[in-house]
Amino acid sequence: MEPQSCVNIHKEWDIVGARQLGREMAKRLGFGTVDQARIATAVSELARNIYLYAEKGQICFEFIDNIEHRGLCMTAVDTGPGISDISQAMQDGYTTSGGLGAGLPGVRRLMDEFDIHSEIGNGTRIKAIKWVR
Amino acid sequence: MRIPILKLHNYLLISIQTEIDDQTAIQFQEDLLDKIHKSGASGVVIDLTSVDIIDSFIAKVLGDVVSMSDLMGAKVVLTGIQPAVAMTLIDLGIHLQNVPTALDLEQGLLKLQQELGV
Repeated sequence: MEPQSCVNIHKEWDIVGARQLGREMAKRLGFGTVDQARIATAVSELARNIYLYAEKGQICFEFIDNIEHRGLCMTAVDTGPGISDISQAMQDGYTTSGGLGAGLPGVRRLMDEFDIHSEIGNGTRIKAIKWVR
Repeated sequence: MRIPILKLHNYLLISIQTEIDDQTAIQFQEDLLDKIHKSGASGVVIDLTSVDIIDSFIAKVLGDVVSMSDLMGAKVVLTGIQPAVAMTLIDLGIHLQNVPTALDLEQGLLKLQQELGV
């Protein structure tokens, strides 16, 4: 198990930095090119959500490496306004920013495990894992 | 950062070679429409061979630029979308329907010639 790597999101360019770090971590864990693209895209969506809705936050990556599992865990945390209706935010095509509304439901499909917690006024925490097959 | 737009006869050719951030994507959208307007180009090929990630934002910008160019009277073809990028887009739920695509630059130019009847 390696120590985790984190990237702060507070300006638009950090979205690019986050997805590059995500791809680098995925490559080091031995993910193939398709899964690397899935992971980098998921990171990009989570980083953009932080930038758009919360203005700043952090995404941390952690290797999971034990007898049963090998994978990459990413946690996106912000102290933004929170999401009032998570089931609505998880619907394809739902957006409050004029985007495609593909972000959160997309991340859930791109990754193997997905967990979201949000509190109004306190922020949002999303954890997503991709397992090496 | 600006994405270069090349003119060849009545076509515009773009090969995206850099990591695209949101600002670069928006700037490209403006630059392309401006170049179509000024050059009177009837066809555009945007080659994505070197692009290894298209997220929902970039997909929206690309889809929009195709519709916007169409409104102006220029046909756009996207070429060279990598297998990993195609799989990721479908996972995201983005199908880019109504967006003409071709395998590579050569096929893209052929497609334009057929569509424009020249």
